Amino acid sequence: MSLLQVKDLNIEFHDHIIPETVVYDFDLEIDQGEIVGLVGESGSGKSMSAMAIAGLLSRHDMTKRGSIIFDGTDMLNCSRDKLRSIQGDTLSVVFQEPMTSLDPLKKIGYQVGESMMLHRPDISPEDRKKRVIEVMSHVDLDEPEKLYDMYPHELSGGMRQRVMIAAAMAITPKLLIADEPTTALDVTIQAEVIELLKHINRKHNTSILFISHDLSLVRSLCDRVLVMQQGRIVESGSTKQVFEHPAMEYTKKLISSIPKVEIDDTDC
Amino acid sequence: MNKGKKNINLILGLILAGIAIIPALVGIFWTPYSTEAMDVSLKLSAPDMRHLLGCDNYGRDILSRLMAGSKITLIIGIGTVFFGCSIGTMVGALTGYYGGLIDNVLMRVNDVLFSFPSILLAMVFVSLTGAGNLQLVIALGIAFIPSYARVVRAEFIRNKNMDYVMAARLAGASNLRIIFVHILPNTIKVLVSSILIGFNNAVLAEAGLSFLGIGVKPPEASLGSMLSDAQTYLFSRPSMVVYPGVALILMILGIALISKEIK
Repeated sequence: MSLLQVKDLNIEFHDHIIPETVVYDFDLEIDQGEIVGLVGESGSGKSMSAMAIAGLLSRHDMTKRGSIIFDGTDMLNCSRDKLRSIQGDTLSVVFQEPMTSLDPLKKIGYQVGESMMLHRPDISPEDRKKRVIEVMSHVDLDEPEKLYDMYPHELSGGMRQRVMIAAAMAITPKLLIADEPTTALDVTIQAEVIELLKHINRKHNTSILFISHDLSLVRSLCDRVLVMQQGRIVESGSTKQVFEHPAMEYTKKLISSIPKVEIDDTDC
Repeated sequence: MNKGKKNINLILGLILAGIAIIPALVGIFWTPYSTEAMDVSLKLSAPDMRHLLGCDNYGRDILSRLMAGSKITLIIGIGTVFFGCSIGTMVGALTGYYGGLIDNVLMRVNDVLFSFPSILLAMVFVSLTGAGNLQLVIALGIAFIPSYARVVRAEFIRNKNMDYVMAARLAGASNLRIIFVHILPNTIKVLVSSILIGFNNAVLAEAGLSFLGIGVKPPEASLGSMLSDAQTYLFSRPSMVVYPGVALILMILGIALISKEIK
């Protein structure tokens, strides 16, 4: 059985007079160790679907139909306590904006170790510090001992995103949801973060749901790709198949929008 | 605003507040004379070497009463802020974080409290419970709850949808943990300046109530009751009004300058 099974997920908002459906009939399966890409333009419902999978959507003001089974748990109907025991333990999320996703008043080490503190209370503070520093060095942060006692404002964007990944990986989740983790970073840092995700996937056999509108990154990272448009999945398949033989007109347009750098040899 | 000018505000504020507060702090442990001992032979006497600020209409040493009065005013101000701020922060945190029904109910109660002038509300409360320092603190504290609740609620609403809160929730943090460990420390910055302004309002309200005779009970000195005693002698001995008035002004101006700087 696969790690994550989403069937017929529909998300409908009720905070206005007319209900508004933002995700229609969303189906997704992720096996252990698989990297799945979810692409689409802004507002196509990809983040909404991911938030629903992570159990982050509020329970009032919206209805959700369908089912999300993660690691044997029904994420839509289980108790909040059960949900909390999964969040941060077997499931983690890395957000888009590294500048705002760290608590400005807490030290880096505390934030990386928080999920460990909450889910593995049997680990002593000294051991926890050791393991946090270890995790931080695994995500290629230099001088983790020094960073441990620093505050988020002292770090660059790329470093903060690594800290976020370290926090998400602190107790080795089975599924890592990366919600546009590279959008706010510059290109060289993007490539490093992608390498890091690949490395994590290989080393811990962690499944990754990678959400992006950057198709070139998706192509270099993912095994399978889903394309979303206006709340619907319009195409899905292996990365190779989708990129080389796109079936839908929309996918073709998306692929043709990847910027290509062409260097004219005669100028050199 | 440039940094040099800001520092002048802060330093000036600290100096002014210091002039007003240090005698009050000394007054906790020591005053030159008893604040309540009357001596008719010294009635309305002018300042001399023994009584530096002279004596009042009952022959009590004004300097001693000024120190003790500042102390009482200071304690009531701090008590009021502590009481109002702790309850107001709780209310603001709960309403801001949870929203929905609890928000509607508590904030409507808050609006009702807010719609009365706080000094009027405190007067009604004191007239129900009787005068006394503790009653005064509770009355003023209740009257000041809404202003803190509003500030904290707004900060919670602003913070609760920020990514770091999402990230904390995803780490498996419970609601209470998110409220107290993550969001509350982030509201301190805004809370501190409203605490300072609230302290000023509390000091003024206490002086007002004592001036009207429903605050601190008569033999005990407070800046407000000293002003009240002095109003009969406004023209014959204006210095009796000037000392407590100046002490009040220094305290409030100093704190206001500091809070302006901290903002």
